[in-house]
Amino acid sequence: MTAPLLRARGLRAAYTGQRGADIVAVDGVDLELPAGQVLGIAGESGCGKSTLAAVLSLTARPPLSVLDGELTVDGDRLDLSGDRPPPRTWRGSVVSLLPQGAMNSLSPTTRIGDLAVDVIRAHRGRTRRTDALDRLADRLDALDLPRRVVDSYPHQLSGGMRQRVVTVLSTLLDPRLLIADEPTSALDVSTQRQLTELLRELLHRGLVGGIVFVTHDLPVLRAVADRIAIMYAGRLVEVGDTAGLIDDPRHPYTAALLASVLVPEPAIRTRRIGGIAGAPPDLSAPPAGCRFHPRCSLATDVCTRQEPPALGTVADRYATCWWRADHPDEDLEARL
Amino acid sequence: MTEPLVRAEHLTRVFGRGAAAVRAVDDVSFALRRGEITTVVGESGSGKSTLARMLLKLLPVTSGRIVFAGTDVTGRTDTTAYWRQVQAVFQDPFGAFNQFFTVRRLLARSRRLLGADLTEQRMAEALEQVGLRAGDVLGRYPHQLSGGQRQRVMIARALLAGPSLLIADEATSMLDASLRATILNVLTDLRDSAGLTILFITHDIGQACYVSDQVLVLSTGRLVEYGPAEQVIFDPRHEYTRRLLADVPRLHDPT
Amino acid sequence: MGTARFTGRFWLAAGIVAAVLLFGLVAPLVFRGHQVGAVVGGLYDHPSSRAWLGTDNLGHDVFTNLMYGTRTSLVIGLVAGAIATGIGVVLGTLAGYRGGAVEEGLMGFTNVILAIPSIVVLVLISIALGTRSTVTLAVVLAVTSWPWTARAVRAQAASVRAREHLDVARLSGAGTASLICYDVVPYMLSYICMAFVLQVSGAVLNEAALSMLGLGPSGGVSLGIMLHWALAWESVRTGAWWAFVPPTVLLTLLAFALLMLQSSLDEVFNPRLRRYRRRRTAAPPVALPDERPVAEGAAE
Repeated sequence: MTAPLLRARGLRAAYTGQRGADIVAVDGVDLELPAGQVLGIAGESGCGKSTLAAVLSLTARPPLSVLDGELTVDGDRLDLSGDRPPPRTWRGSVVSLLPQGAMNSLSPTTRIGDLAVDVIRAHRGRTRRTDALDRLADRLDALDLPRRVVDSYPHQLSGGMRQRVVTVLSTLLDPRLLIADEPTSALDVSTQRQLTELLRELLHRGLVGGIVFVTHDLPVLRAVADRIAIMYAGRLVEVGDTAGLIDDPRHPYTAALLASVLVPEPAIRTRRIGGIAGAPPDLSAPPAGCRFHPRCSLATDVCTRQEPPALGTVADRYATCWWRADHPDEDLEARL
Repeated sequence: MTEPLVRAEHLTRVFGRGAAAVRAVDDVSFALRRGEITTVVGESGSGKSTLARMLLKLLPVTSGRIVFAGTDVTGRTDTTAYWRQVQAVFQDPFGAFNQFFTVRRLLARSRRLLGADLTEQRMAEALEQVGLRAGDVLGRYPHQLSGGQRQRVMIARALLAGPSLLIADEATSMLDASLRATILNVLTDLRDSAGLTILFITHDIGQACYVSDQVLVLSTGRLVEYGPAEQVIFDPRHEYTRRLLADVPRLHDPT
Repeated sequence: MGTARFTGRFWLAAGIVAAVLLFGLVAPLVFRGHQVGAVVGGLYDHPSSRAWLGTDNLGHDVFTNLMYGTRTSLVIGLVAGAIATGIGVVLGTLAGYRGGAVEEGLMGFTNVILAIPSIVVLVLISIALGTRSTVTLAVVLAVTSWPWTARAVRAQAASVRAREHLDVARLSGAGTASLICYDVVPYMLSYICMAFVLQVSGAVLNEAALSMLGLGPSGGVSLGIMLHWALAWESVRTGAWWAFVPPTVLLTLLAFALLMLQSSLDEVFNPRLRRYRRRRTAAPPVALPDERPVAEGAAE
């Protein structure tokens, strides 16, 4: 079995609170991603997925600091504990971040070509301007995007084109791992599809080794991700391959999330869809035992006292739930 | 057949002049039937929010007519009286609140519309209609409430005046998927129990499928499809609607 | 709106400003024995136990002059700052909120005033007035310095005007006055605060400039007037540093502290500018910041 592209163990990160105390937003997360695949990370707001994206892409800045963890990308190991800044060679060329709202953060007075030159020079040192522009143009051609983009200003491009341009810019240096934080959230469905197709094309051509796709939108992950990890209150509650996780969820939270999805199908017109009652917990004082137990319809006494056991491995199929430990084969959708 | 609550006839809104003029809403005509939820579906730039603002009389109409309960309200009208009949909930659960006001103060602002009718009891009733307890929220500031609670408070504020039409402009777009159904259920319950007419605006055709009786599809200001929800969503006639439905990501492969 | 974060810089700046305020406003009451205009020694005496900072060209105690001079400068600065901020906020808010012809008209007027070199206007008005009291001078200073505040506030008001909470307030039936008072101005308060601090700083320096030209408050003493005398009576050439160094130091300290206060206030009000220290050790957890859900198609 070949080594995975990404192997993360024990990631922990916290925000410095106002009175010197900390809020742990990512609390012991393990991840694995095989090369050439897309890993989706899904969860509600406040679950810590954007923080996880910052940790994985080595862009955590005060007030966020990484407490602990180990990152192995393509065999190269990086220890994240301690206060050392990440090595300059990693950020941008080994892992690259496509931040949330990037399409709206482009400098309005800079042409796309100039941005590309800046990106390349920031990581590769002195590069001739024509070389950098050629690289961008070649990349655009390879991905079937129009060359006119090179000389355009951001406001001359549509929202969807801007998002695709930003994606191209963040992968110009052929990073091994691309972390995309909510790349489709502000887009219409047609441009969403164009963007997910672009991401797939980048993978297919080997321009990136693997993609971590952070979102709250499960149907988008169904279309683009090979594996999905569900995050809740700073921890992973379930991991698995896309089809398996969606058709046969192992954790009640996953099942509840899937049940609250609204898609244009006749079935949803006939029944009443409930959301998930309550709200994600305050991470300063998370519930004892299983963090999801206050909102879980299947919670029992043990769930309020003890943390649930880990069932399976993150490389294959993983869930952490007391009910699932007692009922390994029951169908969740029927129970909810 | 009873008279529809709202009839929009050839509504048009143009921004700018001459060569740079933008037709945000272009010759849109429809009727909102009483006690029904009508959804306007459109991508960004389709003009759906502009349409909402015109119907709310927050934006003047360039041409066309709005007929509300049999009366032409297009030109200068008594907005105070109009806003007792037509109210709205907006998209941003953070930005829609004045962060310096408690919920009680927010609700009390409607004094101009209601006068002496605005009592503590009326406020408590409105909050109850959206599933909130007055004691829990009245004294709180917006930053102390969750996103879902904030949107419910906004709906309660809209209901205070006892309107016959509620316009929900992307009211669920900034909420998590797990909360959307809850808010949509509040809207359907209001339709069923109070006979409220609702105009729901969204870019998400899945939500439109869940709540609507009638659906309008807007594309760059023009109305491309209009009819009962089941017909528009499951048997669309226009190419744009078909493409829109095809682009929506699904959870399960259609069998 | 959580607790504001006051940095070290803020406390330093606030401390200096408070010290100067105390010196100018409270010290004269403490040192009651010192009277302005009392001759305590010869001309340009060195600092001694009788006159802590020496005497000036008329034999007056420099320390006494410094106290009363600071008070005058402060009063003029605060009054002028308050009036200028007041005018600027009113005109700017009106222009920014109404837009259209009102905005064009008011901003055109503002630009005209802005284009006229204020020092020329100050000189001309000051000459035209027979006697110049502190209040009159403060008004004159205010009248020439409100334009930039008006422009800045206009931009702020125009941006706040488009926010959703105003639509909600309109739909609730709130009138224009209520909207401006409760929905627009509170959102600009931090900005107005900072503008006021800058206005005070500018007014103090402008008064000093005017006084150095001999157009200061008649019959009184201010920091600028002390400098005026110091220059006119050749204290620089004769080496009587105690005549010009103390007022210069005080003016510099005041202006510097006010500017530093303004910039650290910006950090207090605008969380994005805050600088955080890298944490060293783990600490127990505390309250959660509310994480925003993702905006769909909404401009931030």
